[in-house]
Amino acid sequence: MTVTEAPAIELSAGATDFGGRIRDGRLVPEVIRRDFPIFGTQVHGQPLVFLDSASTSQKPEAVIDALDAYYREYTANVHRGIYEIGERSTASYEAARASVARFINAPDSHEVIFTRNATEAINLVAYAWGRKNIVPGDAIVLTEMEHHANLVPWQLLAQEKDGDLEFIPITDDGILRQDVYEVLLRLKPKLVAFTHVSNTLGTINPVREMIEAAHAAGALVLIDGAQAVPHVPVDVQAIGADFYAFSGHKMLGPTGSGVLWARRELLEAMPPFMAGGDMIREVHLRRSEWNDIPWKFEAGTPDIAAGIGLGAAAEYLGQLGMDRVREHERELLIYAFAALEREHPDVVLYGPMDPDIRCGVIPFNVPGVHPHDVAQVLDRSGVAVRAGHHCTMPLHERLDLPATARASFNVYTTQGDVDTLIEGLREVKRIFGAA
Amino acid sequence: MDDLYRDYILEHYRRPHNFGVLDNATATQEGANPLCGDRITLQVRVVGDQIAAVGFTGRGCAISQASASLLTDEVKGKEVDAAAAMKASDVLDLLGIEISPARMKCALLSLETLQGALGPAETNS
Repeated sequence: MTVTEAPAIELSAGATDFGGRIRDGRLVPEVIRRDFPIFGTQVHGQPLVFLDSASTSQKPEAVIDALDAYYREYTANVHRGIYEIGERSTASYEAARASVARFINAPDSHEVIFTRNATEAINLVAYAWGRKNIVPGDAIVLTEMEHHANLVPWQLLAQEKDGDLEFIPITDDGILRQDVYEVLLRLKPKLVAFTHVSNTLGTINPVREMIEAAHAAGALVLIDGAQAVPHVPVDVQAIGADFYAFSGHKMLGPTGSGVLWARRELLEAMPPFMAGGDMIREVHLRRSEWNDIPWKFEAGTPDIAAGIGLGAAAEYLGQLGMDRVREHERELLIYAFAALEREHPDVVLYGPMDPDIRCGVIPFNVPGVHPHDVAQVLDRSGVAVRAGHHCTMPLHERLDLPATARASFNVYTTQGDVDTLIEGLREVKRIFGAA
Repeated sequence: MDDLYRDYILEHYRRPHNFGVLDNATATQEGANPLCGDRITLQVRVVGDQIAAVGFTGRGCAISQASASLLTDEVKGKEVDAAAAMKASDVLDLLGIEISPARMKCALLSLETLQGALGPAETNS
């Protein structure tokens, strides 16, 4: 099977303007948001201020058009059709895979497996790799800041295989305790699995150093990159990961798109995760032979449109440039910290306050007001924030918090959005009579 | 006037009625809304077939706290069967505000917990 390469995009740092979206090497979110039709939407008669991108991101025209074109012009299954639109759908789907591979600097696009989301990617590893390799007494090292998606699959595996889960604790500021990690590595774990960027606190973990330490102790490493790939440059080869899982829908791609990247030799040694069509080479009544990677792990008709849309999202982000995306969100974080400190000194913030080790995720609480009520009042100003435990119940327990409200950024987030949040918080305090 | 956060709702949130631990409870039930982290512990003291006392502790949003405050006021002195037969609409009437689908669980947590405390299978959990 051949993989069609998508046309390379000319990208030289600083040279491109990308239609005004980049000026003097910096993103211009006011221009970028014109690519996102949703910002024409009003909520409660107000323009939408979407500060819940850590949950899912909005979609640019380029992604929506890619979905639309597939459904309108060349809907056909992949890897089957000996007819023109079938060949086009296969070529587009595989070109999208190549785009995603380039985006994370995977050495080989066949190492990119399309899944529904990061959760499915992690489950794939827990089932296909974990059930083959984990034996009673084996240790798996996780952290206290994991999203449930990178915790519960390992709980199931440990229960089934009588394995042992160990957790790297965090400081009160939400930073992983490297001193304890060193101690845990003496247990000679088979696997270390942790998040690249915390979805709740925004902490950027030192993945490269931690992976190096794990390898020195003989462990493989799975990184949950769901909050990293949309916000920081990710180079799976440079950080040295063994498995890297992420979602497409948080990186401007469609829902139903996600990725597992893993080193070829690991994938080739793993048994299939799900069985059915497309993942086989030969099927006899009593036995079958598996297809090559990545198709061995993509049983059944995939979400073809979502895969193609994800490729478009990777190309779009690639044109913006992930270094610039990171810098945009870092500056916005500094702006928001300053505005909150100035206008709402009583609002409690969580997570590391050093913007150099943090993404644009701000969990907070207004004293005396439940996060649900904060979110409800903000909604009436058109501001969408998340309220709850953000799928990190153990982390909230560790910080002794029943819940938090959370504002999070993306490429289309402006300082004006932060200003509207600041105004909305005034209204929260007015209604609840807080200080 | 605010259509959701009316003064009496906020008043019940700030100073909930029947908030506290009963030292002679005949049943205790815990309830939680895992989505938003709300937790409530609700206790009743049943004498004969009537609710003699009711109390709750826990933390939650304005809607869940006001609902617990209003509901515990309502069922005090009520017959157990009548309290156990209360419906979601009864609690929404007590609240007297428009509850959106996303907040329904907040509004009904106290009723679910009360009925757990009154139900034979789940008492004294």
